[in-house]
Amino acid sequence: MTGRTIVLASEVPFPPSVEDFYLPSIVPWGGHDYWFTKITLLLWITVAMLIIFFLVAYRKPKLVPTKRQWLAESIYGFVRNNIAVDMIGKEGVRFAPYLTTLFCFIFVMNLWGIVPMAQISPNSHIAFPIILALISWVMFIYLGFKRHGIGYIKFALVPPAPWFILPILVPIEFFSNFIVRPFSLAIRLFANMFAGHMLLLVFTLGGFAMINANALLTPISILSWLMTIALTFLDFAVIALQAYVFTVLTASYIQGSLAESH
Amino acid sequence: MAPLAEVVGSTAAIGYGLAAIGPGIGVGLVFAAYIQSTARQPESARITQPFLWIGFAVVEVLALLGIAFGFIWAGEL
Repeated sequence: MTGRTIVLASEVPFPPSVEDFYLPSIVPWGGHDYWFTKITLLLWITVAMLIIFFLVAYRKPKLVPTKRQWLAESIYGFVRNNIAVDMIGKEGVRFAPYLTTLFCFIFVMNLWGIVPMAQISPNSHIAFPIILALISWVMFIYLGFKRHGIGYIKFALVPPAPWFILPILVPIEFFSNFIVRPFSLAIRLFANMFAGHMLLLVFTLGGFAMINANALLTPISILSWLMTIALTFLDFAVIALQAYVFTVLTASYIQGSLAESH
Repeated sequence: MAPLAEVVGSTAAIGYGLAAIGPGIGVGLVFAAYIQSTARQPESARITQPFLWIGFAVVEVLALLGIAFGFIWAGEL
């Protein structure tokens, strides 16, 4: 589907490059560079899936839950109890809806990386992780100012330490709290999805490259494709973990802003 | 005089290999500490688990920065 991977017998471009992430337009009008790519389509499907799933699952809640209701409730219950309340405390219930949305959205967006025929995650374009990270960033700063007033600046930047060490500590705290946090949130999600897609490409295309170079290398090509299957399972673990980690870190930043003391 | 030996292609692969050493050790330490604490006090496993993943994520990002910057700075120098 990526345009290059379906070219079987002819020359397979190897190694894969960043260019493989810039997919062509998939609509018949508007030419090759039109904005509606597979990435756009997957994003829309993700949003529609989540909205419809939760609307349907929660439309007529029953005392004895149906399968769908059970699934929706256990996802929400997991984020609420194991992330929101565990990380933030009692106040965390307030943030559970946002964190659940975030978790589901990232999880489904990442999952496209291993779904056959889709096989690229929209999150492997850094634009999506950046927006998600910016939301978390604005959110914890806003909450900090709301809780501590203007004193949040002192709260966030001045740790309890002897005065002579403060000239070093304050810039470090500023750098780590307000610059590195959103940056690392975005990069982590992006780079994981990027590297996951790249790994699958290397082993798939590498198999074709070897089989084209020399027929004697066929067993190694097959080994390479078996590795692709194994790596797909590894990728699933990474996908679930990254959705969890992004949500947990957002919760922990919120907790840091709401805390009464260091 | 023709060079006796040369390296062609990108040295970014070597650089990334070097850059991955630190995070590799770091992730190992994180999980080692978690396994040790859980072995000593199994009932604390659930309490420390979020911190395990936070620690893992914070260390892991260093290796991932290596991937990202490898592409950002590719072709320069």
